[in-house]
Amino acid sequence: MATLTINGETRTLDVPDDMPLLWALRNELGMVGTKFGCGMGLCGACTVHVDGVATRSCSAPVGSLAGKKISTIEHLGETPLGRALQKAWLDVDVMQCGYCQAGQLMTASALLAKNPNPSQAEVDSAMQGNICRCACYGRIREAIQIAAKEGATADV
Amino acid sequence: MSELAETMQVSRRTLLKASVLAGGGLMLSATIPGIARAATGSAQAAPLNAFVTIAPDGAITIVGKNPEIGQGIKTMLPMLIAEELDADWDKVAIVQGDSDSRKYGPQLAGGSFATPMNWIPMRQVGAAGRAMLLEAAAKRWGVTASSLTTSKGVVTNPANGKTLTYGELATDAAASAVPDPGKVALKDPKDFHIIGRKIGGIDSPKIIHGEPIYGVDTQLPGMVYAAYERAPVFGAKYLSANLAAAKAEPGVIDVIAIPGSGGPEQLVDGVAVIAKNWWLANKARSKLGVQWDNGEWASHSTRGYDEQARAFMASGKPAESLNKKGDTAAAFASAAKVVDAEYHYPFLAHVPMEPMNCTAQWHSKTGTMEMWAPTQTPNGGQQSVAKMLGLPEDKVVVHITRSGGGFGRRLINDFMHQAAAIAKAKPDTPVQLIWTREDDVRGDHYRPAGWHRLRAALDDKGKLTAIEDHFVTFDLPGAGGFNPATMPKDHFPYAFVPNASYGQSKMKTAVPMGALRAPTSNALSFVFQSFLDEVAHEAGTDLPTLLLALVDGAEAEPAQQGFFGKQPGFDPGRMRSVIKKAVAMSDWGHASLPQGHALGFGYYYSHLGHFAEVAEVSVSKAGLVTVHNVWIAGDVGSTIINPFGALNQVQGAAIDGIGQALSLAVELDKGAVTNSNFHNYAIPRMPVAPQIYVEFVPSDNAPTGLGEPALPPVIPAVTNAVFAATGKRIRSLPIDKKLLATA
Repeated sequence: MATLTINGETRTLDVPDDMPLLWALRNELGMVGTKFGCGMGLCGACTVHVDGVATRSCSAPVGSLAGKKISTIEHLGETPLGRALQKAWLDVDVMQCGYCQAGQLMTASALLAKNPNPSQAEVDSAMQGNICRCACYGRIREAIQIAAKEGATADV
Repeated sequence: MSELAETMQVSRRTLLKASVLAGGGLMLSATIPGIARAATGSAQAAPLNAFVTIAPDGAITIVGKNPEIGQGIKTMLPMLIAEELDADWDKVAIVQGDSDSRKYGPQLAGGSFATPMNWIPMRQVGAAGRAMLLEAAAKRWGVTASSLTTSKGVVTNPANGKTLTYGELATDAAASAVPDPGKVALKDPKDFHIIGRKIGGIDSPKIIHGEPIYGVDTQLPGMVYAAYERAPVFGAKYLSANLAAAKAEPGVIDVIAIPGSGGPEQLVDGVAVIAKNWWLANKARSKLGVQWDNGEWASHSTRGYDEQARAFMASGKPAESLNKKGDTAAAFASAAKVVDAEYHYPFLAHVPMEPMNCTAQWHSKTGTMEMWAPTQTPNGGQQSVAKMLGLPEDKVVVHITRSGGGFGRRLINDFMHQAAAIAKAKPDTPVQLIWTREDDVRGDHYRPAGWHRLRAALDDKGKLTAIEDHFVTFDLPGAGGFNPATMPKDHFPYAFVPNASYGQSKMKTAVPMGALRAPTSNALSFVFQSFLDEVAHEAGTDLPTLLLALVDGAEAEPAQQGFFGKQPGFDPGRMRSVIKKAVAMSDWGHASLPQGHALGFGYYYSHLGHFAEVAEVSVSKAGLVTVHNVWIAGDVGSTIINPFGALNQVQGAAIDGIGQALSLAVELDKGAVTNSNFHNYAIPRMPVAPQIYVEFVPSDNAPTGLGEPALPPVIPAVTNAVFAATGKRIRSLPIDKKLLATA
């Protein structure tokens, strides 16, 4: 039994402690915005925020998350920063298949929350854990810089 | 419009039917017969189905018939209809059609075919709809249709300024005579307001919020999850497993041994573990302890294939001739210089981001298999699953979901067969099968590895007088319509060299192989454009100069029968224009580059698109190659339909190709793939992405697809740049750092 705080709500789950958060979200709670890509924390498709830190939910057991604030892609639009990123993503038409983009957006929002004005090298460094198989990297860089210029904050 | 552009359209004739929508409004149905090799194998007219509906409130809904895998087709095809309909794009909704080739014609995401196949028919559908709306307005006002104008979903009578919206006219329009789509006038391209506009992906607003739109997001009441354990060794057979031990694991509902049916493209032997949560199902696989009969295949390895292939190439005698002209022996005997080189490229996996998955439910009462499948070939999957289950095709219902990438992997529907077999064993229970990334990397249908020994003869003026290729490939007797382990027998520069001889030798294998984005071209471009760079170097010139000289004075080849009807032949004029453009864009031959940087060139023609590309690279002391800039010139016809999608495809293809050049190879040992996940199959990450400059060179040809043709030339552009920077030839992919290391 695990009690988690997800997107501001308390959720109680009857799952083993070692179940990764990803599979609790997807199969137990029906929150399928967070994506499965590799299962080993290598691709970043499953990125969520745990206490504001970009975290690979495929490798985070639910037993380790009690008392922590979990935030997912479904909640991203609740903050000015999240909305600024989402708008930039549409304005530059970032995506092709789009499957990795939930993870890209969650990593990008954690980056901008900590570093509102990153250099390209800082963007590349922060984003290199997120694979985009369609390789929309140029547009992801561009969208992050556009959102950074907006100066939006992560506070609700 | 040129004669060539027209030849791409004559073989088809769109049939249209109009009816009143339930509750009022217009339903315009279309079918597009005459496309060669329709999925049904027949080119006869099929039943009509709704492509476009216009509701009384003006809402326009267009069916996106082809699978969306990230190539932008779900946005692009409706743009063609909406343009000629003169609709307001903001009021257009797009819904995904189910798999039904009799209704929609072939539904396929592959081969970059959709653009040339649909460019005219989709516009005709829209133009016919507009004509009917005009007719309805003309009747209403008692004027002639030709005196009226349309704009953004509104008909205007310029004489008195009166207007009627498409919604107001829709029900009347359904009673108008349906015009012959072949005779409706299409817009002058200068009047386009949707085609040529940067239009964002139709599903993107959902994606940024994490809404469920991919196959793996399918959720059904009472759904359970399945994992599938298959043999690591290709060709192995199931012997036994500890099914009870796996079934005793937490959350596990059932464990079922499933006998194979057909080949690896259908269903291989395996064990399905079914649980209430996929992670629990997958975890229980570790208890199965499956015993496999590996047969003869357990001795196969990439090293073994390489040894066999090198022996074939050293023998100098291909087992069979592919093509021959002139007298190569005499040309080599009298050559001033001979260039002789062995090239090799590895097996590659597709690894789309969304792992293979499929949701299926066997409805026992109706005897229907209902499926939710992220596939590039829904029609083929539907037919093949029906065959496996002994069902008529209409008893397999396939809902096409968005796919998280394809790259050719989802042309093959093994995952659909697995899901269907599991669902059949659990009647009336929706089952979602998901593969792990390891299942994907080790259970792919790989881009075939290949080897080429190339020889070129140069005369004393440096002119290429003869070329020979000994291609070592695999025997794939089971390959269906498209065999990826082949090469065109007249591959460039065959037609432009007086003496030429191509031959091949084949090796036995059980490794499943399939098409990877720009199939055959992604490998042959590296081989031939790198070798021609060697030839150019020996001849004292450079590759673009050599290529232009080879085709000097050559005329366009006549149109020929292709995959989907008549297609334009190879046109050296288009080749010249993209080469000259890329040379100009990159300041080729004159560029002042940072110390240690160098440029390389590549040109390739595939999927009806011409691309010339230049890469700027540097090589570190440790032998690490960095690609800094890429300049790309492409000719894909008269019109870039959606510049957003077009640019994204080209830039993505270039980075995809750079990944193949720098880091990707699938290795086999003891009959099984040794790679497993993204740590040892290293897809490019953001820091690898260079600056990419793209220019389209328009030509007087119907527009063609962009999913593939930008990829092939970037690979030799990178390897040729590495030679320019280091003096070391790259004749095997991926680039070996040890070969380049200087410290």
